[in-house]
Amino acid sequence: MDALLTPARPSEKFQLQIWIYKIEHWLRHGVAQVICFTVAVACLFPLVWMVASSLKTQSTVFSDMSLWVRHAHWENYYQAWTRGHFGQYFFNSLLYTTVVVFGVIITASMAAYAFSRLRFPGRNFLFILLISTMMIPIPGSFIALYVLLVKLDLVNTRLGYILPQVNGGLALGIFLLKTFFDKLPQDLEDAARIDGCNKFQVYRHVAMPLAKPAVAVLAVFNALAVWNEYLLAMLVLSDRSLMPLQRGLMVFQGSHITEYPLLMAGIAISIIPILTLYFVMQRYIVAGITAGALKM
Amino acid sequence: MSWNRVKDLFTTYLFVLPAVVLFSVFSLIPFFKVFQLSVFEWDGISPHMDFVGLGNFATAIFHDTSWWVSMRNAATITLLALTLQNFLALVLAMIVDREIEGKNFYRVVFYLPPVLSGIVVGLVWNWIFDGSHGLLNYALHGMGLGHWARAWLADPHTALYGIAVIHMWKGFGWGFVILLAGLQAIPRELNEAARVDGAGEWTIFSKITVPLMLPVFFLVSILTILGTMQIFDIIVSTTNGGPGYHTEVPITRILAAMVGSSRFGYACSLGILFGLILLAVSLVQMRLSKWSSRYT
Repeated sequence: MDALLTPARPSEKFQLQIWIYKIEHWLRHGVAQVICFTVAVACLFPLVWMVASSLKTQSTVFSDMSLWVRHAHWENYYQAWTRGHFGQYFFNSLLYTTVVVFGVIITASMAAYAFSRLRFPGRNFLFILLISTMMIPIPGSFIALYVLLVKLDLVNTRLGYILPQVNGGLALGIFLLKTFFDKLPQDLEDAARIDGCNKFQVYRHVAMPLAKPAVAVLAVFNALAVWNEYLLAMLVLSDRSLMPLQRGLMVFQGSHITEYPLLMAGIAISIIPILTLYFVMQRYIVAGITAGALKM
Repeated sequence: MSWNRVKDLFTTYLFVLPAVVLFSVFSLIPFFKVFQLSVFEWDGISPHMDFVGLGNFATAIFHDTSWWVSMRNAATITLLALTLQNFLALVLAMIVDREIEGKNFYRVVFYLPPVLSGIVVGLVWNWIFDGSHGLLNYALHGMGLGHWARAWLADPHTALYGIAVIHMWKGFGWGFVILLAGLQAIPRELNEAARVDGAGEWTIFSKITVPLMLPVFFLVSILTILGTMQIFDIIVSTTNGGPGYHTEVPITRILAAMVGSSRFGYACSLGILFGLILLAVSLVQMRLSKWSSRYT
């Protein structure tokens, strides 16, 4: 009886196969982990090193290569903020980003709503025209844009830096939001119309609250683009009091070329908001990238 | 048309008005202005413009060696990004697509470099590659490879490849996100059914993954080409085109013609030429992409 109840031992050959399978599985996982871990370290290391360097002094920064700073010089951040003018640049970046993001959301959502829900002559033509900039690369257009801004007296003004960027966000914004509105059921809007809402009220109080996820994607996507923008800031803005962070970093590097701790502190200041946004809104960013890329 | 209908259309057009005005002023006018300026010799300030016909284009195509050097440099970086960067992105996406420990951690970390600005990335790597205080040389000395140490971004032999490394460091995470999204769209049952039927890893990869991912591959490659050919921020914050012309790229040449030598018309003709080349690449891509989706 006993012999019948104990499970039969697998044959030697079969056991060997199990072992081979286990080792293969373990190896594959090990190799995958090593690859991913190495790349992750390569991604993080320059950033960790940058933060560590921002806490060293001018005299230790080139000799002390440690990543853990024992006597952290937090005053570097104060120096960068005041003497390096990063406080001013930070405020400017915050202002430009906020205004452009709101500008894009308002103008793009209104147009997208009209393209999706309202009937009017020239609708398809205008829609194609407005999103055409997503397909046609015009790398020289900044020259003509600059000439135009000179004519409009908008060079070296906040408005001259803001308006072209609101326009720059329109194409993707209209495309994303129109696609989103198209998929929304229309019953709610019809009900609101019957209850006496006008077109604008339906857009503002029914459609927009429903579009929150798409609006979030758009906001994050544009915030990143504006915060990181450099070329237009270089062409349009020459007063330090108007410059955003990216431009400020280049100006600082040009005039204090060897003050690495302060430069690194400035860089850290410039990426803190973007990293915060990234960690908080991570899934929207990934959604935005995929949507932005799959637009074609 | 009744008065009510007119009023209704008027309010409808109010929805698209802000977008259309912004687009007309900041996209449409500059677009045509670029073509107009390209046939003139103009310094950007004086009221006098010399009509030169297609002379600017002839100069650019037949006499401007630095322009074609810049094209070749950008093409070199693009080729490296297309192969190495996208290969790495694909390998990582395939690993993370499987069940692996720390999946979410890797996903967050790999997409960190792409959310940073080109200026920040350039300034940090500038210091890593620095000849006298650079981290890379410090590491090489530490490993007894001191004879390899050099000023990586100031040495004509390595400058362009240094730029390519920085660009790929910043860019691979973006390809990773899109490729991962593509892989996750493949139904799991397909792979499992193939495995039950006795297909090995390689068969699954070549017979299922690759054919289904072809449209995504094409998408990632076209966006890599368009993005890399227009590289600018990383150049301006590291080498600014030097040493000599070794890291000049099309955008820096267009800016040099515009801001450096005040030849606005010539800069526009370079922009158009560059735009046409990019457009040609996009068109080839679109054809290939259509062909590949018919194939699947």
